[in-house]
Amino acid sequence: MTNSINELENDAKCVFLIGTNTTENHPVIGYKIRQNVLKNGAKLIVADPRRIELAELADVYLPFKPGTDVALFNGMMNVIISEGLADREFIETRTEGYEAMAKVVENYPPEAAAEICGVDAADIIKAARLYAESEASSVCYAMGLTQHTTGTDNVKSCCNLALLTGNLGKPGTGVNPLRGQNNVQGACDMGALPVVFTAYQAVTNDEAREKFEKAWGVKLSGVNGLTLTKTINKAYEGEVKGLIVIGENPMVSDPDLHHVEEALDKLDFLIVQDIFLTETAQKADIVLPGVSFVEKDGTFSNTERRVQRVRKAVSNVGDSRQDWEILCELSTRLGYPMSYNSPEEIFEEIRTLTPSYAGMTYARLEGKGLPWPCPNEDHPGTPFLHKEKFNRGLGLFHAIEYLEPAELPDEEYPIILTTGRSLYHYHTGTMTRKAKGLDEYMPENVVQINTELAKDMNIIDGEVVRVATRRGNIELKAEVIDGIRENVIFTYFHFAEAAANVLTNADVLDPVAGIPEYKVSAARLEKIQ
Amino acid sequence: MDIKLTIDGKEIEVPQGTMLLEACRKAGADIPTFCYDPDLKLAGSCRMCVVQPKGWRNLVASCVTPAQNGMVIETESSDVVEARKVVLELMLARHKLTCHTCEKDGECNLQDYCYRYGVTESRFAGKVHNLFKDDSNPFIERDYDKCVMCTRCVRACEEITGARAINVMDRGHHAHIATAYDGSLEDSPCVFCGQCIMVCPVGALSSKIAAGQGKPAQNDKVMTTCTYCGTGCTFELNVKNDKIVGVTSNRDAEWSPVNKGALCVKGRFGWDFVNSPERLTTPLIKENGEFRPASWDEALDLAADKIKAVKEQYGPDSISMFSSARITNEENYLAQKLMRAAIGSNNVDHCARL
Ligand code: SF4
Ligand code: SF4
Ligand code: SF4
Ligand code: FES
Repeated sequence: MTNSINELENDAKCVFLIGTNTTENHPVIGYKIRQNVLKNGAKLIVADPRRIELAELADVYLPFKPGTDVALFNGMMNVIISEGLADREFIETRTEGYEAMAKVVENYPPEAAAEICGVDAADIIKAARLYAESEASSVCYAMGLTQHTTGTDNVKSCCNLALLTGNLGKPGTGVNPLRGQNNVQGACDMGALPVVFTAYQAVTNDEAREKFEKAWGVKLSGVNGLTLTKTINKAYEGEVKGLIVIGENPMVSDPDLHHVEEALDKLDFLIVQDIFLTETAQKADIVLPGVSFVEKDGTFSNTERRVQRVRKAVSNVGDSRQDWEILCELSTRLGYPMSYNSPEEIFEEIRTLTPSYAGMTYARLEGKGLPWPCPNEDHPGTPFLHKEKFNRGLGLFHAIEYLEPAELPDEEYPIILTTGRSLYHYHTGTMTRKAKGLDEYMPENVVQINTELAKDMNIIDGEVVRVATRRGNIELKAEVIDGIRENVIFTYFHFAEAAANVLTNADVLDPVAGIPEYKVSAARLEKIQ
Repeated sequence: MDIKLTIDGKEIEVPQGTMLLEACRKAGADIPTFCYDPDLKLAGSCRMCVVQPKGWRNLVASCVTPAQNGMVIETESSDVVEARKVVLELMLARHKLTCHTCEKDGECNLQDYCYRYGVTESRFAGKVHNLFKDDSNPFIERDYDKCVMCTRCVRACEEITGARAINVMDRGHHAHIATAYDGSLEDSPCVFCGQCIMVCPVGALSSKIAAGQGKPAQNDKVMTTCTYCGTGCTFELNVKNDKIVGVTSNRDAEWSPVNKGALCVKGRFGWDFVNSPERLTTPLIKENGEFRPASWDEALDLAADKIKAVKEQYGPDSISMFSSARITNEENYLAQKLMRAAIGSNNVDHCARL
């Protein structure tokens, strides 16, 4: 997030949610947005194909077609420009590339955008005015925006909107991705990415590489590595021969699970480090038992970049080991000795190599943690970014045309399938399926179907149906609801036994970010008789 | 503008608009409260917080009475003590006194205040209401035979979570907390956040997941950060005999900067997977399609051998690593360091995109 979570409750005068079912996936952030609307009268815009809980409170609700995000943003920007609501001063002093963007946006008058998105033009106009005219507007998104072949374009469009209205660098504004996992921010910050070291220092940058070579005392590769989805494809093709998986479960989380399984079967070795024998661990040659969050010391970085302490409360279970110790042991056996006395000692090394964490120590993190960047020990941390300038100097507009999703409904697969999470479960269910209350409350997967569609197909609530795509099919109970677009169905991806990712598409990825298009697959709904 | 007043003989200055309760606490007086909650709208209903302003005819509820310039306040006069005893006795009259089996034992306001004022039984006793709510949800126990009708749960549900699942039903003697139509939480807009448990001053609301494993007052508490979504809520792990037995809120913004104690169902009730009998307790090696337990040395040696063999034959870029968005920064740092420095490839990623 460019801004902090509590600004969504206290400072934002307008919140625009797109592709985030906040009350289910980031519940506490959802509470805050709701309180801001109820207590302070903040305006709320919700764009989502499903009538999510917060849509009930929205001033404008846009049930737009999955994958038409760019058209929606362009439509809103068209209104903002033509009605003179753009922040001219901000555009002139802090941005570049406006002309090219404005030229593309000309092609998206609200009526045209509305046609593409399947919503009313009047609602696009209303949303545009609310966002542009409010004193401080914040746009929040999650995987609903990014899990598309055009995910990167969607995010850039989102930034365009904020730049156009000067909604950056002030409290209550910003472009705010809500990150779905406890430490996804930290994993990125720490360089668990194929193209960067810690703090996004590129592996292809000679200076950065030299810095790490010096610190680590070894020659490093300057060739970008493989992303997760590419790794699976390369394993399938036989080019990746060995895989080490730590606390992930691609056998449930990755697109097109049959493809994943075949890829893993071809490996020379699969080593899995986890706390449970996950679907992925079952396929491993060697399983190394790590520890859960209650058994370890360390830090997590949340979605607002706040680094907070994790504290060991109980001993390791059985003969399991601290994950950092396992990594040190393995590295040492590979001929590169690593040894530390504690996670704190590792953190001390991290901050010498990671400018945004340089000012943090465990002592300073003790109470409420610190949001990065925190470049030195006197620095208080940074609740919101881009106050005076952007990282690159001027904020860059991108001219972006709407592109259709890769897989559109056709005669054979006439419905759009979209996937996501429930309040009661988390990711592949490795943890929540083993939490008694959560699993008792929501023991099985369902597919949400619009009432009209269900009526047409003679499907009743609770009936077991089959959902099929070009990749495969699963059978699960139907949940018949009003709050979803008529030709869209939705299902959860937590459940290995009715795994949504049997259905999703691994062939098409966002060309820049490599994200699979989980939010749009062409599907068919079948009655089972 | 500041005003001056005298509390228990001590002169203090507070900003205009300060409530007496806050002024008294600032002066060091220990004022008992039930319905007052610093993060919720004022109710002023329980009258436990009464104090005596000199020259006034009545005692006043300090939580809802603004401090005035020149006031002289007594916080433990005999009238005040008598009034508080009556409040406690009225509460006891409808309270199921089962402290020995109550989850709240040891940090219950009713227990503490009865002890403080020597209230052992009630002059008004007699009526058993039987308000225990048999609610089949797996998360929250609702035993309104212990409820003191402070309405903090109702306000927390509305003002923190915004669910509005519960409210006061009926009036006077029959008043009790209920969902619309007095049904189960599952059939209400409840999202099982447990904010109601967090604010309940007595044992009327408690966690079914933690029940019977250790009274929170007796557990050790360790502050940590939630392992589920990216919001980064912090909470207290409850520890007893080296085992996690519960999760409770710490409402201090200094320790809980994002959530101030508020949680969702996963954070508050989803922790027991750590005690699952299915946890891995030893390294495993697969032989002929079956896993067998192995020693650490054996498993790590074998892992290293396999990595080395593939690296030698096909080069470092034939090996990939999926690190994790669940593990710590320190562990992620070491994971990518291992991949880059020990194996020699940048093939490291995690499920940020999934
Ligand atoms: S659990 Fe949360 S939503 Fe349910 S009644 Fe309690 S406060 Fe309200
Ligand atoms: S259940 Fe607890 S919080 Fe709610 S009114 Fe009763 S005593 Fe107060
Ligand atoms: S308690 Fe709920 S909202 Fe808070 S971090 Fe955990 S999962 Fe997210
Ligand atoms: S605490 Fe003041 S009236 Fe209840």
